[in-house]
Amino acid sequence: MPDNSIEPYITKNNGTVRLDSIPVFNYPVFCERVLELLGKEENHCVSYFAFPDQAGLWFIIAIADDNSGEIALLSHRMPASGTQQLESLTPRVTALHIFEREIYENYAVVFSGHPWLKPVRYAHNRADKHQVINNFPFYQIDSHELHEVGVGPVHAGIIEPGHFRFICNGENVLHLEIQLGWQHRGIEDLMLRKRSLLQRTILSESIAGDTAVGHSLAFAGLMESLSGTSVSHQLQLERALALELERIAIHVADIGALCTDVAFGLGAGIFGILRTGIINFTQSWCGNRLGKGMIRVGGTNFPFNNDLKEKLLEVLSSFESQFVELAHHTYKLPSVENRFDDIGAVTKEQMLRIGAVGMTARMANLKRDVRWSHPFAAFGEYPIEPIVLPKGDVFSRFLLRRKEIKKSIGWIRNILDTVDFGEPVNTPVADLKLQPESFAISLTEGWRGEISHCAVTDADGNLRFYKIKDPSMHNWKALELSLRNLEISDFPINNKSYNLSYCGFDL
Amino acid sequence: MKNELKILLHNGKQYIPDLRTAAIRPPFRGRPVITSEPVDIEAFAGICPVNAISTSPVSIDLGKCTFCGECAFRFPGKIHFTSDHRLATNVRERLIVKEGENIPIAVDQSAIDKRIKSVLGKSLKLRQVSAGGDNSAEFELNACGNANFDMGRHGIEFVASPRHADGVVVTGPISENMAEALEVTFKAVPEPKVFILCGVDAISGGIFAESEALNRKILNKVRIDLYIPGNPPHPLTIINGLLDLISNPEAK
Repeated sequence: MPDNSIEPYITKNNGTVRLDSIPVFNYPVFCERVLELLGKEENHCVSYFAFPDQAGLWFIIAIADDNSGEIALLSHRMPASGTQQLESLTPRVTALHIFEREIYENYAVVFSGHPWLKPVRYAHNRADKHQVINNFPFYQIDSHELHEVGVGPVHAGIIEPGHFRFICNGENVLHLEIQLGWQHRGIEDLMLRKRSLLQRTILSESIAGDTAVGHSLAFAGLMESLSGTSVSHQLQLERALALELERIAIHVADIGALCTDVAFGLGAGIFGILRTGIINFTQSWCGNRLGKGMIRVGGTNFPFNNDLKEKLLEVLSSFESQFVELAHHTYKLPSVENRFDDIGAVTKEQMLRIGAVGMTARMANLKRDVRWSHPFAAFGEYPIEPIVLPKGDVFSRFLLRRKEIKKSIGWIRNILDTVDFGEPVNTPVADLKLQPESFAISLTEGWRGEISHCAVTDADGNLRFYKIKDPSMHNWKALELSLRNLEISDFPINNKSYNLSYCGFDL
Repeated sequence: MKNELKILLHNGKQYIPDLRTAAIRPPFRGRPVITSEPVDIEAFAGICPVNAISTSPVSIDLGKCTFCGECAFRFPGKIHFTSDHRLATNVRERLIVKEGENIPIAVDQSAIDKRIKSVLGKSLKLRQVSAGGDNSAEFELNACGNANFDMGRHGIEFVASPRHADGVVVTGPISENMAEALEVTFKAVPEPKVFILCGVDAISGGIFAESEALNRKILNKVRIDLYIPGNPPHPLTIINGLLDLISNPEAK
């Protein structure tokens, strides 16, 4: 019988815990505790998922405290016999809506009272195969005054598929609903079926190609924690360096994409070129412009060295002077400001409600950054203080990128100035023995925001369950909210200003 | 205006003058070469995470290879990846590099549908469809059009509508959820048209080959005009492949 006097289990980023040490609550008590925790601004839900257990389903929630750096683990169980129904927490904590939907899709658990209990991504192993992606139950408003606009899954340009359904009153958007799942390729399932560490590492690099470093770093941290493998101080620095380069590269290209959407050709062209310098450096380091092959468990095939250090300093100095000049010019341009300012604004309260993370939180005055609050790699020793901006509009999303690029360059310079990269670094490990009957969690701060990977092992130390969460899981809701009461023609610039992940969400 | 000119001046010339002769430096992993050095062939083939290496004859299939380079790290005398980025071809078998072979991968001009060069040779408009892609091949396809690579100088562009396109470029392993949309899109392209697989995931499924969430049936129904290997393919691999397909080799 679950004991209700127990407390949540407290762990930290990259923590491994015995499965039996995660407290199992009665569902009503679980709800009480979760509501209590998520009522505090510093806490947010990292992940909430269920996996099959001998007796039925086992639900685990991980709640991160940004002040203390602690992660609280709570769980509840549901026997396979009996009604597969729970009272939804979503009416009281909006941020949980997507996680409850995911559990509903995978296991047909009905969350009663959930305002929009519908599939998340039409996963191949969903419980109800009668629900098909072409028949998504969109929210509808019945009125002769309104019309609907449907866009996608195939869009005008080289972009991933998603379906956007607008309900409009004339040109104004009353409501936008985003339906995803088109990119679903079964990554979590393959994580279990592929047995070798290298196969799994390559899978982690393919969750979202533009965040190859962010996701593979979360995977490596998880495997190292689960197997008790320690890696050198220098390797942790190199990983953090790769992550910041990824952030700079994607941020600068995103600013370029925003310029494209407001017909500022100079910015569109040159911000794009500036990205090339950074990703070409990544290629000269690991052979791949997106950093695939860079992160490996236990070591690396591409140690950073003092030659690369010299080269990177050169690349950064030419990048920085050009970036600062062009970004300042863009910032001052009235025609750009007119199209960025006050467009698609969301509030801190809205972002708190949806549980936004990363950039999406920070541009609306919500300080959430795993590098700062739950440090990993080298960010404990060399912290980066998060930048927050107050307004939550397209302009803030532009400005935040600009500031974060500068901050990351400063951080990298400091590392390069103080660290000698002369020490030999381990090569990757080929195989690992994972701790049996354990649960592990690993968080990284990719350029979009908080990435989390969780794993559960069985009695023999095999992977039994793997859960990936891209920050887009929380943040797509922010784009929907941004569009309210905007003209439909403002959709592209808002979409670009968030640049959320389809493939990272669809898995 | 003065500011903008200053910015342009500071940025300097950034375009690659000749896309046909541009080279990439190591450690970029391009076309591999397998030596005849005797090694434990079973072990050599066994380390490949995507079963791209076969034992008889000893060979590596670039349609399956994710270019992780693991084989070259573990058997440096047996295989190495050159920085030759020209990997695209229209013949699936040409992607298989055999032991002892060091032959550039090329497009077989005799196998190209005659209408392609005459109709599309000077202007190729493509529609891209991401079908379960991880946004990396898409990322590089976008890069083909930036000011560095400027593929548009050769008349090759990506367009918004399949009705305006001369073909479809597929990225990703073709997820079940995108299979129908891909087919509908390709049907909407007027003849003559090309069907191009870009990236290892599209060519063979890559690391996702055994996933149950895929539906690759469309590949049995269409003629595949170009395979562009890579994870993701480098923009130079993509552009040179497309140019080999549409341009007249003598006119180069």
